[in-house]
Amino acid sequence: MTESKAAFPGNLRYTKEHEWVKVEGAVGTVGITDYAQSELGDVVFVDLPEKGRALVAGEELGTIESVKAVSEIYAPLSGEVLEINESLRNHPEKVNGDPYGEGWLLRVRITQPSEAEKLLSPEGYRSHVEEGGH
Amino acid sequence: MFEKSVAGKRGCDVPLWDGPNGEALGSGYLRDEIPGFPELSEREVVRHFTRLSKLNYANDEGPYPLGSCTMKYNPKVNEKVARLEGFAEAHPLLPPEAAQGCLQVMADLESYLCEITGMDAYTLQPAAGAQGEFTGIKMVRAYHESRGNPRRVVLIPDSAHGTNPASAHLCGYRVEQIASDERGCVHLGFLKERMRDDVAVLMLTNPNTLGVFEPEIGEICRVLHQGGGLVYLDGANLNAFVGVARPGDMGVDVMHTNLHKTFSTPHGGGGPGSGPVGVKETLARFLPVPRVIRHEKGWRLSSDFQESIGKVHSFNGNFGMHARAAAYILANGAQGLREIAESAVLNANYLRKRLEGVYHLPYDSPSLHEVIFSDKHLEKHGVKTLDVAKRLMDYGFHPPTIYFPLIVKGALMIEPTESEGIEDLDAFVDAMLRIAKEAEDDPEVVRSAPHTTPVGRLDEAAAARRPVLRWSPHTEKSRS
Amino acid sequence: MRYIPSSPAERRKLLQVLCLDSVDRLFDTIPEPFRLKRPLDLPPALPEADLVHHLGELSRKNLDPHDSAQFLGAGAYRHFIPAVVDHLISRAEFYSSYTPYQPEFSQGTLQSIFEFQTMICQLTGMDAANASLYDGASALAEGILLAHRAKRRNQVVVAGYVHPEYLKVVRTLVSTLGIELKLAPAGESGACEVDRVASQLTGQSAALVVQMPNFVGRLEEIAPLAEAAHRAGAVCIVVVNEAVSLGMLKAPGSLGADVVLGEAQSFGVPLSFGGPYLGFMAVKMEYVREIPGRLVGQAKDAQGRDGYVLTLATREQHIRREKATSNICTNQGLCMLAATIFMATLGKQGMRELSMQNLSRAEYAKAALKKIPGCRLPYPGPGFNEFVLELPKGATAVHRHLLGKGIVAGLPLEPYFPERKHDLLITVTETNSRGQIDRFVKELREAL
Repeated sequence: MTESKAAFPGNLRYTKEHEWVKVEGAVGTVGITDYAQSELGDVVFVDLPEKGRALVAGEELGTIESVKAVSEIYAPLSGEVLEINESLRNHPEKVNGDPYGEGWLLRVRITQPSEAEKLLSPEGYRSHVEEGGH
Repeated sequence: MFEKSVAGKRGCDVPLWDGPNGEALGSGYLRDEIPGFPELSEREVVRHFTRLSKLNYANDEGPYPLGSCTMKYNPKVNEKVARLEGFAEAHPLLPPEAAQGCLQVMADLESYLCEITGMDAYTLQPAAGAQGEFTGIKMVRAYHESRGNPRRVVLIPDSAHGTNPASAHLCGYRVEQIASDERGCVHLGFLKERMRDDVAVLMLTNPNTLGVFEPEIGEICRVLHQGGGLVYLDGANLNAFVGVARPGDMGVDVMHTNLHKTFSTPHGGGGPGSGPVGVKETLARFLPVPRVIRHEKGWRLSSDFQESIGKVHSFNGNFGMHARAAAYILANGAQGLREIAESAVLNANYLRKRLEGVYHLPYDSPSLHEVIFSDKHLEKHGVKTLDVAKRLMDYGFHPPTIYFPLIVKGALMIEPTESEGIEDLDAFVDAMLRIAKEAEDDPEVVRSAPHTTPVGRLDEAAAARRPVLRWSPHTEKSRS
Repeated sequence: MRYIPSSPAERRKLLQVLCLDSVDRLFDTIPEPFRLKRPLDLPPALPEADLVHHLGELSRKNLDPHDSAQFLGAGAYRHFIPAVVDHLISRAEFYSSYTPYQPEFSQGTLQSIFEFQTMICQLTGMDAANASLYDGASALAEGILLAHRAKRRNQVVVAGYVHPEYLKVVRTLVSTLGIELKLAPAGESGACEVDRVASQLTGQSAALVVQMPNFVGRLEEIAPLAEAAHRAGAVCIVVVNEAVSLGMLKAPGSLGADVVLGEAQSFGVPLSFGGPYLGFMAVKMEYVREIPGRLVGQAKDAQGRDGYVLTLATREQHIRREKATSNICTNQGLCMLAATIFMATLGKQGMRELSMQNLSRAEYAKAALKKIPGCRLPYPGPGFNEFVLELPKGATAVHRHLLGKGIVAGLPLEPYFPERKHDLLITVTETNSRGQIDRFVKELREAL
C-alpha cells in the first residue's frame, strides 16, 4: 500500500474504474480522476458518445487515449447524454491539466438516482487507489 | 524535398515513343497538374535520399539488439540473387512453363522449411508474420468447422505479442489470456483447468517472449489435443533452436516462420517481411491456394483444393523474400543453421551473465536467444527503461526492445543474435554498465538523452493531439 | 560459417565465462526427447560462388525477359525503373534498419514515410495516407474492414469489374466477420451502370467498392457512383491497381471518394513473381483514426527542432491487442521507399508524361489488334493501358502458341470468367516498344 499524491475532491463520487461524477439535482457531470490521468500519461484523444445516447451504469461509453495506452470510459450512472465537452476535441490535454474542472467529459440526465449511493466515497476511492487501483 | 522543388525540373525522362499519341480522353477524366508534387533533378533526388539515409542507424553499422526482432546480418549475396533478371522480371501470372525457375525456388523453400521445422506442408503466401498468424488460425477454424463446430475461444499467454490476439479476433474468435507462472511460462494447472471443448487453439510463442523455452511443451500439446484443440506456434523465435529441435516433433499443429528473422531477409526500415505457415498433414487440405504442385513436366500452381481457406495475398506471396531465404538456407546447410542457434544463444547468455546484478533480472529461468532485464534497480535514481534506451544511442548502439513483454514492468528485451562478435558484445556491455553508473552519479545526463542524435526526444503527445500527416506549402506557396 | 563473426576459440571463451563445458548445455531446457539427434536433411552448404551459379541457373528456367515481348498486367505491371531507385534503396542505412521505433535513430525512414504519405495524398486527392500495406488485395480487405467499423454496417457492394484475385483475398478475410459482399455486375460497356449499382445500395451498406481503371481496363464514372454511395450513407472506396494511371486521371478524392486504396507496385518495384509489392490506403480526414497500419506525423523536440514520429499508435495491435483496427504490424518499408524515390524522380511532369505514354502505346496496340480479322474489342469505351481483346477462337491455345514465339499475349480470362473462352486481357506499358507491338500483331494475325 502506497500513499497516493493524487487529489480526491470531497464533493464527488467515484467508480473503481476511475471515473468521477458530480451530482447536481438530476444532472451528473462525469470525468476521469486525477489518479487515472496521471497513470495514462499525456492524453491525446477522447472519444465520447453522441448527445442523446442512453447509457446504462457500467457500460463502456467511450475511450481515452494517451500516446501509448488506451483506456475505456465506463458510465458511472444510468442516464441520457445531455452534453459532451467539445473543447476536448482540440485540447485533450485539459484532461491532464484539470481533470476535475475543464477536463470534464460529459453531462448526463440521471435516470436512476439511487445508483449514486453505490458509488465510492472520496475516502473509499482513495483506499481503492492506494491498494493498487485495479 | 517539397521545399526544394522548382517548377520545370525533372529527374527522369520517359522512354522515346515514335508512335502516334493516344486520342485524348475527355476532360471529364483528365486531371490538372498534381498539386504540390515535387520537381527535382536526379542529382537532387540522390542528395536528398542520401542525406536521409544518414539520419538512420543501421544493422550494417553496429549492434541492433531489438528483442523478438532477430536483427541478424543480411548477407549481400541474397540481394544479388533476388535481383537476378529471370526472377525480378517474372510476372506473377506467367503460365507455369514460363516460370519454372520461380516455382522451383518456392517448392525447394517449402521442403527446406518442412525439414527445419518438422511440419508436413507449407504455404509461402503470407506477406508477414501477422498475416501468417491470420492464415494459421483461419486454417484452425476450417479444421474445427469440418468437424462440425468452429469452437469459440483462442487461448493466448499474457506474454504474447499483440498481433496474436488481433489475428485471432480477425478470425472471429474470442481471446482469453492465460496467466504466466512464476517462471514466466504457461501455467499448466491453469491451462488444464481452462481446457474445455470451446477452446479451438492455444497460440504459443516458444521460446516465449522472455526468451525461455516452455519446458512443458509436450504436456501442453497433450492437454490441447486431448480436449480436441490444436496448438499454434508463433515461430518468431525459431532462431533460438533452429537445427537443435523441431516444433513438429513437439506436437505443434500449425506455425508461422518469419523469413525476415531467422532466415535473414532484410528488415528494410519496417518491411517487406514474409511469414510462411507450416502445418501437419491433418491441416494440409486447408492451406491457401494456389499451391505449388509437382507434375510430370515440372511445377505448376494449383487452386484445385476444395477445402482451402482461399487466398491471402494478391499473387504468390513475397517471392523476392523466398529467394533470399532459400539462398540463406543453402549458404548455411544443416551444420551452419545449427551453429546459428548455438551462437545466438551463447551471445544472449553472455550478455545476461555480464549484466545480471547491475540490471534487474525479473525472471531467472534459463535464457535461450534473448534476455529480459528491467529498470527496477535504477528506479531509486529516477531513471527509467526509456532513459537507458535513449542513452544507448549516445554510445552508438541501437536500443533493445523496450516495455515488452507487457508482463515485465520497464522491460529491456535484448536479442544480440549470432551476428555479433565478442568485441561488439563487450562494447555493448560496457555501454550498459556505464549507463547504470551514470544513473547513480549523474542521472540527469541519462534522463535527458540522447544528446548526439540529429534530433532529441520528440513531443509525441503534441504530434498525436494535432496530427500533421503530410507536407503542405505554408511559405513557398508557388514559384511557378 | 561465413556469416558468424566469432571464431571457435572465441566461442569457447564465452562458454568458459558461462561455466559450461559444451554448447549443447545451452539447450538443457529443451526436453531431451525433443532434441534433434541427427543433422537436418538439407543440401550441403554452398560457397557464395556456387550459390550464385545455382540460383542463376534456376532464374534462367524462367522466360527470358530480354528475349520476349510481354503484354501481361492484371494488377502487376512492368514499368521502367530508374537506376537511382535501386541504388538508393540498397544503402545499408535504409535496407538493414528496422521499424522506426526509436525516432532519434531513424529520422531518415520516418521522413521518407512522411514524403510517401504526402505524395499518395497529392495523387489521390485525399487528406491522409498510411505508410503502406502488404499489397493491393490486403489493402482492399482492410478498406472494407474500415468501412465496417466506421459505419457499423455489414454489407459491401462491389461495383463492376474489381480484380478477381483481390475479391478472393477479401472473401478469406471477411468471411468469418459476418460481412456480406453484394456484386453489382458491370453493364455491356464493361463499366458500371450507376442505376444498377445504386439499386444494390441500402441502409445496410457499409461501402461501395469500385476499381479505376477496372479489371477489364475501362474507366469508371466515379462521381455519380460516389454520390449514390453517400446517399445510402456508405463509404465510397476506389481501388487503383495501376498507380501510373493517377498521373493523368482525375484524383478520385476530387470525385467524391472517401477511401482510395490499391497497389503501388508500378512505382519502382520489380515484378518479382508477385511480391514484395506495396498496398496503399488514403482517406478523408474523418476516417483517419480508423486507418490500419503505420502513420508518421511531424513533431518537435525540446529544442524546437523538427522531426517525425510514428503517431496515432493507439489504433495498433501492440496497444489495443484484439481491439486493434488491424493485426498489421509492419509496412512494406523498402518497397514504399522505392515508390517514394520513383515518384520524386519522375516528378510532376514525368508522372503525367509516363501516364500519357502508357495510354498512347495501348491505343496504338488496340487500333492495330482490332483490325485483325475476327478480332474485336468488346469494351471500346475509354480506358488506360489495358483492354480486352476478343479472338475468333479459344484464347488459351492461341496464348500458348504465341508463348512459343516469345510473346506473352496478355492474360486469358477463362480461368476467371469461364464463359469468356475467347478473351484476352492485354496490357501495354512504356516498356513495350513499337517493334514489339507490331510483332505481336503480326504473330497474332498469323496464329488465327
